[in-house]
Amino acid sequence: MERSLLGNILFYIGVMLIVVISVYPFYYAIITSFESGTALFKPNFFPESFSLENYKNVLSQRSFLRSFVNSVFIASVTVGFALLLAVTASYALARVTFRGRGLLLMTILGVSMFPQIAVLSGLYELINVLGIYNKPWALVLSYTIFTLPFTVWVLTTFMRELPIEIEEAAIIDGATPWVVITKVFLPLLWPALVTTGLLAFIGAWNEFLFALTFTISETERTVPVAIALLSGASSQEVPWGAIMAASVIVTVPLIILVLIFQRKIVAGLTAGGVKG
Amino acid sequence: MPTSHLSTKGKPPRRQLNLQQQRVRAAYMFLLPMLIMLLLVAAWPLFRSISFSFTDATADTLFNGQSRWVGFDNYLERRVRSNGEVRWRGVLVDADWWNAVWNTIRFSIVSVSLEAFFGLLVALVLNMEFKGRGLVRAAILIPWAIPTVVSARMWGWMLNDQFGVINYMMMGVGLISAPIAWTASSDTAMLAVLIVDVWKTTPFMALLILAGLQMIPRDMYEAAKLDGIHPVKVFLRVTLPMIKPALMVAVIFRALDALRIFDLVYLLTPQSDATVTMSVLSYREIQQFGDYGEGSAMSTLLFVIITLFVLLYIKLGRVDLTGGTR
Repeated sequence: MERSLLGNILFYIGVMLIVVISVYPFYYAIITSFESGTALFKPNFFPESFSLENYKNVLSQRSFLRSFVNSVFIASVTVGFALLLAVTASYALARVTFRGRGLLLMTILGVSMFPQIAVLSGLYELINVLGIYNKPWALVLSYTIFTLPFTVWVLTTFMRELPIEIEEAAIIDGATPWVVITKVFLPLLWPALVTTGLLAFIGAWNEFLFALTFTISETERTVPVAIALLSGASSQEVPWGAIMAASVIVTVPLIILVLIFQRKIVAGLTAGGVKG
Repeated sequence: MPTSHLSTKGKPPRRQLNLQQQRVRAAYMFLLPMLIMLLLVAAWPLFRSISFSFTDATADTLFNGQSRWVGFDNYLERRVRSNGEVRWRGVLVDADWWNAVWNTIRFSIVSVSLEAFFGLLVALVLNMEFKGRGLVRAAILIPWAIPTVVSARMWGWMLNDQFGVINYMMMGVGLISAPIAWTASSDTAMLAVLIVDVWKTTPFMALLILAGLQMIPRDMYEAAKLDGIHPVKVFLRVTLPMIKPALMVAVIFRALDALRIFDLVYLLTPQSDATVTMSVLSYREIQQFGDYGEGSAMSTLLFVIITLFVLLYIKLGRVDLTGGTR
């Protein structure tokens, strides 16, 4: 596509603008996280001083490290569990024709789009009855409400794409549906599982409302709640430096994952959204 | 892998039927664990939440069974005072609730429109071939990947009235003469929430629209160009109709997210009446005031509003969300 020189310049200014607006806030959080004392409160565009104090401050708090471990545990278990149930369910939804399939699919999509607040009080009761309030399992259970339908939905989309011939060949060889899934489809589905799992992991890692409601003690918090409730020596004083350091710590792993799996994530996001 | 299933060989019609039956039975077995799980974590809590909205349950009576059934009183209750005066109370006559409803609706309409507009713009840029396209696509994934809590904190710091870099920049170029208390002032609180939400979710919109754009065959553009049709007309007549399905789906996903927004508002502008949404108000009622009855009435109303919206949207927009069940 040929463009005039002026058009080209304007186009690249637009592109620059998109990149700067996307990246700048996180860049600013990073430079803030390396500033301490009065330097922190002086707005600047380039790093002017360097101190690791905020990081030392955050990482020396045992509760923050504990929150990090909690988040990793909860998100991993939730995703593993959801994928386990979703693989078989999505096979049934994608490859077998049965009555009520369309309705079931819509219901599953509906559940994943659910306002979380609508189940909050009921879930609070259930969690207390099960005796898991303020325990990681409370969050694993409640996160299933959005990770499970999401993984089922996306895996169903991926599973539909697999060629029917492979399955037919396996069936003619006498393979049961279970064998078709575990021996034939699963090896082909690895990339899709990674994508779906990663997206669900990000969802669970970032969740805030349930984590805020179903935990009470500092040691049971997840990272988003820990950051939200991070406070300074006095209630008036917001520890911006420490908050930015904590934010950078929890975000950098995510950003690295997202950049590594960029193409897969885009594929997974669109598989969940656009009809293929 | 020859197994006993092959024993019916030679009677194809019967075997077909058996195979289909066997597959359907297996399908039900495969769906069962997921369905049980969804009943436990979604259907049952939803049912209980709705039930609470018809009781006077509080944090104290929730578990000891002393809460009473009060019918629709949490929603609307007619009280006659001793002097004959009629008073109405309940969520439906609560000014705070209606304020939250309008805030949520206003926020949803404005944020989703802006996101669709900017998302389309970014998608059109990414659909062109230019140097550094991969870099741009990577860059726009960053806001999407950042947890909402972190983006609320990050922007809260940038929008800080005393030390915020946004005020500093705007004063530097002379746009404003005095610092603005973005998140605290009721005039700008909604704007602050909108800025952060649009920043964070435009990438999602852009990627979905981009997927739609990439399905348009290149030769359609070539043909239009050969015929000398103006680019704007090509956009309106070719591009827009072709990406409409993708756009419609992206918009409903975002709208559902916007209608239930909680974390960003709760963290960026706490206590502000100008931004409080249905989810935030309901959460406060339940968690802070321990009023499970009224809080659940609010959450149930939100659920009803969202359900009605989705049904209407699918019906009016003729959106096929199932992605063509083959």
